[in-house]
Amino acid sequence: MHKKSVEIWVGLFMVVAIAALFFLSMQVSSLNKFSVDSGYTIEASFENVGGLKVRSPVSVSGVKVGRVEAISYDMENFEARVTLLIDNKYDAFPEDTSASIFTSGLLGEQYISLEPGGSDEVLKSGDQIKLVQSAVILEQLIGQFLFSKADE
Amino acid sequence: MLSKVQQLGRSTISVLERLGRGFLFFIQLIAALPNVVTRAPLLVQQLYSIGVLSFLIIFVSGLFVGMVLGLQGYYTLIDFGAEESLGVMVSLSLVRELGPVVTALLFAGRAGSALTAEIGLMKATEQLSGMEMMAVDPIKRIVAPRFWAGVISMPLLAAIFSAIGVVGGYIVGVGLLGIDAGAFWSQMQSKVDLTEDILNGVIKSIVFGVVVSWIAVYEGYDAIPTSEGVSRATTRTVVHSALAVLALDFMLTALMFGE
Amino acid sequence: MSKQNSTTPLIEIRGLTFSRGERVIFDDIDMDIARGEVTTIMGPSGTGKTTLLRLIGGQLRPDSGSIRVDGEEVTTLSRRALYQLRKRMGMLFQSGALLTDMTVYENVAFPLREHTKLSPSMIRNLVLMKLEAVGLRGARELMPSELSGGMARRVAMARAIALDPMMIMYDEPFTGQDPISMGVLVSLIRKLNSALGLSSIVVSHDVAEATEIADHVYLISNGKVVEHGTPEQLNNSTSPWVKQFLKGEPDGPVPFHFEAGDYLDDLLEGPADAK
Repeated sequence: MHKKSVEIWVGLFMVVAIAALFFLSMQVSSLNKFSVDSGYTIEASFENVGGLKVRSPVSVSGVKVGRVEAISYDMENFEARVTLLIDNKYDAFPEDTSASIFTSGLLGEQYISLEPGGSDEVLKSGDQIKLVQSAVILEQLIGQFLFSKADE
Repeated sequence: MLSKVQQLGRSTISVLERLGRGFLFFIQLIAALPNVVTRAPLLVQQLYSIGVLSFLIIFVSGLFVGMVLGLQGYYTLIDFGAEESLGVMVSLSLVRELGPVVTALLFAGRAGSALTAEIGLMKATEQLSGMEMMAVDPIKRIVAPRFWAGVISMPLLAAIFSAIGVVGGYIVGVGLLGIDAGAFWSQMQSKVDLTEDILNGVIKSIVFGVVVSWIAVYEGYDAIPTSEGVSRATTRTVVHSALAVLALDFMLTALMFGE
Repeated sequence: MSKQNSTTPLIEIRGLTFSRGERVIFDDIDMDIARGEVTTIMGPSGTGKTTLLRLIGGQLRPDSGSIRVDGEEVTTLSRRALYQLRKRMGMLFQSGALLTDMTVYENVAFPLREHTKLSPSMIRNLVLMKLEAVGLRGARELMPSELSGGMARRVAMARAIALDPMMIMYDEPFTGQDPISMGVLVSLIRKLNSALGLSSIVVSHDVAEATEIADHVYLISNGKVVEHGTPEQLNNSTSPWVKQFLKGEPDGPVPFHFEAGDYLDDLLEGPADAK
């Protein structure tokens, strides 16, 4: 019987399949770029988060340093509370760092941009960012523009 | 009028009966898992004829589907100036939908029909009865290794399909159309999630593997033991598998990505 | 090996009734199959002779009645016990039912590999012994598709005796065989029966061969046992049906014509749409 060659082929098949799975998880998905566990969380409250979603990126000067962990609504301040998960590598942001919601490109997705301040105090896990700028809502802008035109 | 109602009732009962027998058969297949594990050589033999022999068609189809996605995606995305997102589009389509679904459809045509025909012919030539009279349970000895080999092969083949498809998209997008390779990969990596997308795709293909293999071996085992009966069962395997895969895909997609 | 003493019959069938849908295949039949003998069951095509073998083997369950094989009630046996019993039964299907993806050697080795933990050399010896008994030791590397019908049946015989059963059931072993392979099969069935101390049940409608090898003959028709006894007793039977069947006369108690109205009336009536 050609039992040996059958076994070799099945073995090769397994190797190729596992390589494919490995390729999908390492190269296609972002497993190697950012790991969920190795981060700390900080919070920020926004008047309006616009189209921000869980898993949206958090970046500083255009470099991705974390992602949005959770978005909830705070019934005490009537604001949206966003939890950010930041990679442990970036653990020395000043306390007066500001957070803004921007849009990448005209129609692109929304993300949070952090801008470090000048304080000597450092943000720790669970801290709250005080300086925030909400998402820009296109409809509001257009509305304001029209009203100001009408006033003239 | 009444006869129409009676006809409807009769066909309903026969469909339910078949489903019931199929379900009992499924339980027997699950129960036979220990036998399959303890007799690995039988499983390896079936992994060869089901998995390895389906490899080529999966490889070639995956490559072409990925290349077509790359081409079509490019022409759509370039209108929005978003051709850098081609990698995202290709990989998400493949990993979430096309990988599991197209693999399951090809699998039904390539391996499923062969399984039905093989088991059906063994039944028609009294090999299964003969085995029973030799005190060997044909479900454990013949059917279960084939079923489990199908269940194991499907997610592996789907992973190969998706991976090759992404490479196909890369060849067209980066190689032929000149998208920046870095943008292709980095956009893909930032948008494709391991659990959300890839794991869900794998779960889909495992479900399809169970369903298609089950349909294939059951149609063979339940076939009318004549050459006509076997050929009909083979056709039914392909048709029922395709319908089941597409319907299940809709339900699974709604469950997984719906939110 | 046998649990019962050798004077009781190997198989006792009492009041067996079996029907498929509306059709009654067996209607309250009794039968005894003696140990160490060749018992032939004959009857016209479609009388359920093969069904009887499947009932004895426990693949089918009767509507009522009892079937005792070597003292065990087949009809109520658990699945596990039934499989144990089947290891002591050999069955030869009409087509041989060889496993088409294995060689002759592997086919004969199959029951040994499934049911015993013998060493490869032991299995080899046993397989060659069984193949030698049916005269096909030289054909061991062939695939079933390369065998003639008669050879396939002989391989199936070797496989059936692989586990040294107490009995073998032959389903139509002579159908479609040329005279030479028929002669080979007849002498093999006799030889195996006496050499291995088996009991054999042969289902057939080949009158000459079946009566030649039989110690005891059962004639079945329309779900009933019409006659039974030794071949001589049957030859001397006064029943016109038995005579017609054994001599193969075209007309008799079993009419040549399918039930129909008067021939002349039928002809004169003309086509139905002519009216």
